[in-house]
Amino acid sequence: MRKIAMYGKGGIGKSTTCQNLVAGLTEMGEKVMVVGCDPKGDSTRLLLGGLNQHTVLDTLREEGEDVDLEDIRKTGFGGTLCTESGGPEPGVGCAGRGIITSINLLEQLGAFGEDENLDYVFYDVLGDVVCGGFAMPMREGKAKEIYIVVSGEMMAMYAANNICKGILKFAETGGIRLAGLICNSRQVDNEVEMIEAFANKLGSHMIHFVPRDNMVQKAEINRKTVIEFEPKHQQADEYRMLAKKISENDKYIIPAPMQMDDLEKLLIEYGIAG
Amino acid sequence: MEALSRKRIDEEKVSLDSDEFMDPETLKLEILSKYPPKVARKKAKQIIVNRKETEEKYPEIQANVRTVPGIISQRGCCYAGCKGVVMGPTRDIINLTHGPIGCGFYSWLTRRNQTDPSTTPDGHNFMNYCFSTDMEEREIIFGGEKKLRAAIQEAYDIFKPKMISVFATCPVGLIGDDVHAVTREMEEKLGITIFGFSCEGYKGVSQSAGHHVANNGLFQHVIGLDNTVKEGDYKVNLLGEYNIGGDAFEIERVLNKCGIKLISTFSGNSSVDFFANSHTADLNLIMCHRSINYVAEMMEKKYGIPWFKINFLSAGGMSRSLRKIAEYYGEQKLIDRVEEVIAEEMPAVKKAQAEVRPRLEGKLAMMFVGGSRAHHYQEMFREMGMIPFCAGYEFAHRDDYEGRQVLPNLKVDADSRNIQELEIEKDPERYNPRISAEEFEALERNNIKLRDYEGMMTDMPSGTIVIDDISQYETESLLKTYKPAVFCAGIKEKYTVQKHGIPMKQLHSYDNGGPYAAYRGAINFYHEIDRMVNSKVWDHIKAPWEKSPELAARYTYQS
Repeated sequence: MRKIAMYGKGGIGKSTTCQNLVAGLTEMGEKVMVVGCDPKGDSTRLLLGGLNQHTVLDTLREEGEDVDLEDIRKTGFGGTLCTESGGPEPGVGCAGRGIITSINLLEQLGAFGEDENLDYVFYDVLGDVVCGGFAMPMREGKAKEIYIVVSGEMMAMYAANNICKGILKFAETGGIRLAGLICNSRQVDNEVEMIEAFANKLGSHMIHFVPRDNMVQKAEINRKTVIEFEPKHQQADEYRMLAKKISENDKYIIPAPMQMDDLEKLLIEYGIAG
Repeated sequence: MEALSRKRIDEEKVSLDSDEFMDPETLKLEILSKYPPKVARKKAKQIIVNRKETEEKYPEIQANVRTVPGIISQRGCCYAGCKGVVMGPTRDIINLTHGPIGCGFYSWLTRRNQTDPSTTPDGHNFMNYCFSTDMEEREIIFGGEKKLRAAIQEAYDIFKPKMISVFATCPVGLIGDDVHAVTREMEEKLGITIFGFSCEGYKGVSQSAGHHVANNGLFQHVIGLDNTVKEGDYKVNLLGEYNIGGDAFEIERVLNKCGIKLISTFSGNSSVDFFANSHTADLNLIMCHRSINYVAEMMEKKYGIPWFKINFLSAGGMSRSLRKIAEYYGEQKLIDRVEEVIAEEMPAVKKAQAEVRPRLEGKLAMMFVGGSRAHHYQEMFREMGMIPFCAGYEFAHRDDYEGRQVLPNLKVDADSRNIQELEIEKDPERYNPRISAEEFEALERNNIKLRDYEGMMTDMPSGTIVIDDISQYETESLLKTYKPAVFCAGIKEKYTVQKHGIPMKQLHSYDNGGPYAAYRGAINFYHEIDRMVNSKVWDHIKAPWEKSPELAARYTYQS
């Protein structure tokens, strides 16, 4: 079983990319579980055709200790197993602690057990690694491979670099590795070259360049992945390609995060000056 | 300390001459040599051999700075200072801990504060209860405000208290529950005074931060709520007396006898009714300068009530303090009455002193406790003929060691800035300076020092050792080197000290004893120390096989 976590700046398209590529993996016959680690609980909406109303933490709160796996796990597109951690409403409590509790509970309930015959587990984590809770999938070897979703926008690259610092911190204790950058295009000038150069500096690679296409939006408003909504569309093929590359990926490294000065130089070189 | 060393008699009753009595400076170097260089540099400023340099000048000591992590310290947390020390002893306010159950449970009645509910008409007494929101993982994740609201409602429904205060613990600060918003909301709903304290345990460097937070809360929410002027002459408040082991009862007895009217004590044997009314007093008397001087200063600024320092621990301190109060009022009636009371009380005290002195004369005492007690108890030991040779505070600031004249030069660091400093202005209606500037000066000339505390070090002879925030290692070094007849500290130190075969007296909770304040209290204390120091039990602390082993061995690192 491969254990994968998706990180990246808020709003970059982690959940969309994650669910679309998971759809691609299921087409290849893989059995995949998605663990949404976002208090909003919207990481599995496209696979389930709507929001999962029974998040782990809500169920834990309502049912007490007596929780069954089936209460919190729903089957989505292509037989994917979907769970949502859930969490407090904005500005209240501690969402990070919620993620930790939720992942621990899933483990106790045997969600990742051998008899589940999973090929992949994807953790879809919100935003930046702001605190220990959101680093949870990186800790104690819960996820082994990290993919960072990034674009050619400056703040997205800053965030990606910061996430690499988090990976570096847990690389020795948790055994996690950076598996690659996924460029979710924002149609920035020289985006491919810049992200390739950035990945190169980190010691990693850009595993795939996902072009921008309105079909993604259309599928989303219909609560579906592109692969489900318009299987023949060229964008669906892009996600299939990403899924294939991930299934064949063997480049796992401990990243070398860039100094802020160097990162800015890179941005100027490829972005403004390029 | 030459005289001291000749008098010095150790456990085996062998006299030591001055050569064998280790020079305190040598011991200091020995202690520091065991620390890593950076720690040693810091600790060097906290271990001081006292020397009177000039008339006013004592060596500078570093205090109220962070403890080095890893060192076993005596200190407590901000929550302990706020809830446990200052707010805890008041009987008719519900003190609700917002946090995991341990914070509330382990701060419940541990200080042996006593109280007498018969002196307030409603007879409310909640001190035998422990109130907590019992935060669990669910509240940590989803926020605990809802549970706090429910807990306040529940406490109100069951007990119908006059006042409720809420204490924030560490996790509350981390997840950002707004205790002040909840208490404001519930105050409006229930129509009683409800307020919160941001006394998260991690704030500040010790419990001292919590005292300050508590002082601010009392001043903002309670003091001044009730303007009723009570009957009586010589109306005083007693600040920083927490009625441990019944101290306040004994003090009240003597003050009543003198005709001095006690409006409020902060906060031993206290009621929020007394706090609310305390701004109608003429004078604030300060026992524990460290924990409560903020309230005294704020009351002077807002209401014009002067304050001075007194010490009701030890018979001598008690008499001096009573005379100071009488001289402050300057009325012959009071001066005469105080002298009569002293004359009545002292024979029993003298008798007790004469009884214990032959058995205690010249023996060493050490006290490392609190933010004022290590000073207050020194005179008590001197009255028994004992020598307070080493002393230090757990959470005091420099002014408690060297005197308030250092205040303008104190460095305000980030830890102190973290604690709110209230901006106080004169109350437009109720400000009423009890004495004029001329009267103030006349009192000063008469050696009645107001707004002053001379500190502990000025009271200790040259050659004595003063240590701030003493560590366990330093404690054991002192015990091994000087073998004191008695060591005073708190429960955390108790058994370490006793394992050295040295009696240990708790000056936080008084073990099971007390009262020790005022005259009858002093007599109790003399007998208690006599009993402890002269007990034969300490001769039996070593097991027979330790004294004469059949087989002896060494660890390799010892060779």
